[in-house]
Amino acid sequence: MVSPILELTNINKSFGHVHANKNINLKINKGTIHGIIGENGAGKSTLMSIVFGLYQANSGTIKVNGKEINLRSPKDSIINGIGMVHQHFMLVENFTVLENIILGFEGELVFGKNLEKAKKDLKNLCDTYKLNIDLNSTISDLSVGFRQRVEILKSLYRGAEILILDEPTGVLTPQEVDELFKILRSLNEEGKTIVLITHKLIEIMDLTSEVSVMRQGEMVGHTKTKDTNKEQLAEMMVGRSVLLRLEKSQVKTGDVVFKVEDLTVKDDLDVIRVKNVNLNIRAGEILGLAGVTGNGQTELLEALSGIRKVESGEIYLDGKKVSDSQNFLDPRELKEKGLAHVPEDRQRMGLVTDFKAYENLIFGYHDQKPFSKSSILNHRDIIAHSKKIMEEYDVRPQSPNLITSNFSGGNQQKIILSRELNENPKVLLVGQPTRGVDIGAIEFIHQRLIDMRDRGAAILLVSVELDEVLSLSDRIVVMFDGKIVGEKENNNVTDRELGLLMAGVV
Amino acid sequence: MEFLSDIASLINSTLRISTPLVFAAMAGIFAERSGVIDFSLEGKMLMAAFVAAVGSYFLGNPWLGLLLAIIACVSLSMLHGFASVTYKGDQVVSCVAINILIIGLTTALAAAWFGQAGLTPTLNEDQRFLEVNLPFAESLRDVPILGTIYSDILSGHYIFVYLAYLTVPLVFWVVFKTSFGLRLRAVGENPSAVDTAGINVFAMRYKALAINGVLIAFAGAHLSTAVNANFFREMSAGRGYLALAAMIFGKWHPKTALVACLLFGFTDALQIRLQGVELPAIGEIPVQLIQALPYVLTVVLLAGFVGKAIAPNAIGQPYIKER
Repeated sequence: MVSPILELTNINKSFGHVHANKNINLKINKGTIHGIIGENGAGKSTLMSIVFGLYQANSGTIKVNGKEINLRSPKDSIINGIGMVHQHFMLVENFTVLENIILGFEGELVFGKNLEKAKKDLKNLCDTYKLNIDLNSTISDLSVGFRQRVEILKSLYRGAEILILDEPTGVLTPQEVDELFKILRSLNEEGKTIVLITHKLIEIMDLTSEVSVMRQGEMVGHTKTKDTNKEQLAEMMVGRSVLLRLEKSQVKTGDVVFKVEDLTVKDDLDVIRVKNVNLNIRAGEILGLAGVTGNGQTELLEALSGIRKVESGEIYLDGKKVSDSQNFLDPRELKEKGLAHVPEDRQRMGLVTDFKAYENLIFGYHDQKPFSKSSILNHRDIIAHSKKIMEEYDVRPQSPNLITSNFSGGNQQKIILSRELNENPKVLLVGQPTRGVDIGAIEFIHQRLIDMRDRGAAILLVSVELDEVLSLSDRIVVMFDGKIVGEKENNNVTDRELGLLMAGVV
Repeated sequence: MEFLSDIASLINSTLRISTPLVFAAMAGIFAERSGVIDFSLEGKMLMAAFVAAVGSYFLGNPWLGLLLAIIACVSLSMLHGFASVTYKGDQVVSCVAINILIIGLTTALAAAWFGQAGLTPTLNEDQRFLEVNLPFAESLRDVPILGTIYSDILSGHYIFVYLAYLTVPLVFWVVFKTSFGLRLRAVGENPSAVDTAGINVFAMRYKALAINGVLIAFAGAHLSTAVNANFFREMSAGRGYLALAAMIFGKWHPKTALVACLLFGFTDALQIRLQGVELPAIGEIPVQLIQALPYVLTVVLLAGFVGKAIAPNAIGQPYIKER
């Protein structure tokens, strides 16, 4: 009988109105590699930040080795043998490896013998776990893979018995991932307990002995890894809620109006996120792009809408090339050519939440008539237009002068949608149209998208909600690890088939 | 020989004039290394000058005046911390508010207590710091070169001058050779790294601000109870900003900041000596032009070199723990 080294009971955590963790119970057994899997936003990182003492739970208890502990800060966790390697490394870039590791655990006020002792201890740790780190190098000179090793070494030096890793492979190359897994296995053989947070099924199957699944802030299942498989885990992750099939007429599709050829895009860290993607969207068609968050959808959407630079490949609108790695139209020029974009992150990219509703309702079109005449905003026409459009899109409350952040998520989304659809775009790019939106508004938004399609727009729908993709799309492509891994006509495809593609199983 | 004594007196004034800049720059290093912008060096210096002069006048002892100045400046630093660390307000705005407050407050209080707007009574010898003559300064004066250096350059300064130059190696040692210094530098670069190391980010920043308050108090006391024997309106005259510029030019490093302070001090000493001097071929340079020299130098240095100066990474950003 293995005893749990870490036991969480009824953990709750809210950020404002967002209930990030709901009554979480979790037992981590000593000496295991325990995976916690779930989609982005499922509450995994929040939960582990609570265990590490970085966030304080609203309620619930945490036991280490059967003893209840009170975590007020990371110090308490470190004392209790908990270490964490964060998704974004907690390193001071212009410090050396040694300085970063001893930070907070210097031993004495004045540097002297304690540094020598620390160096010796660290050398021993490096040898034991084959970490191969030069203690005197500066962090900014190290590759991402090495920085991660510094983080692991830091936790070990601080006496971690439980090591939590939050999405550790997200920023690594495949070779670095292999190295990391080797290190984690050797740590495990030496008796350390490892907690791996990930949304990648393959990592769970590769590395862990036990797995817990989270979905929308709740713990939805625990099992031994050998008793499950990718398909089953994918199902638990995505959820099996009822499919809400919309009434959708058959529409005769027209010509291809939006075409993407061999597109490759890098993210801010210079990691390739979109790999040789090809897409065709016809007039009067909704192309659904399914995939687990973080597989390149965000970067793809940003490149298509002109926000992110194209690394290689071409984008065509209406048969004319609009972007390649050399020449590209900016979002405004694309807008003028008939491309509209409803961004994934509505509060960061879609709206200025501190502005009034009427300002957001004309944003991007504010310099056009009738909103603006000779560079001066025409307040009366803007308000009249706002009132009309808010009524048409059922934005509640119908007050153009209200600050945008005071609208609910669903109504904020309607503000963006009405702004973008009002111009009757030829091509519409939509990211996560119903994330955080209440059910009533979901239905309305879906119906609007269908109407647009019926009027002959070409729509690219990017969503992590499989149900949404299935109910809206005419055709579905699945993105995994930056590549399009499958394309299906949406008449006899099941969520199971898509789930497998999304998990990169097939 | 006259040339040599000219040089000696120029260096002597440089050391004296640089003193408040050195204290202020060292104070700035503590605040800014911890990630808190300190534009309020100017205001705090002015406050210290006022409190030291008034305290010394009423209590009859300049050391007690200094102590009160320290208390006043630490309080102002805590106010800055309260607004910008605890309540995450804009750090520059908080500093500007302090600077404006102090200009008004010192003028008003002087008017209320002494009947003269922005002027405190002249301190007698017991109420102010006097020049310190080093041992044997008189007898060694005639030794060539070394005597001049010892007696005319090193001896005969106020206590603050010696303290200022002793502070620099001390600051260097604290910032780079102690665990406190390691944490201080880390909290200004990446507060999250400090937080996850189990150290309280806010407490670190408050500690840094407290040290900042103590150091800047010395700069103000030097002005009103040593080189001058009273406080007068806006007597800090931009030295706080000049020290801030020196600190940036010195890349937030005590040694290079010292060099920058001396450079500013030297140009100021030079401009005083150049006033009224007839230069061959040029003639007399207008006073206004000469007086502008240190400020022109500031602009030139900062414009020319600031590109190379890399500020602490997290400077000016309040630490927000939860999203």
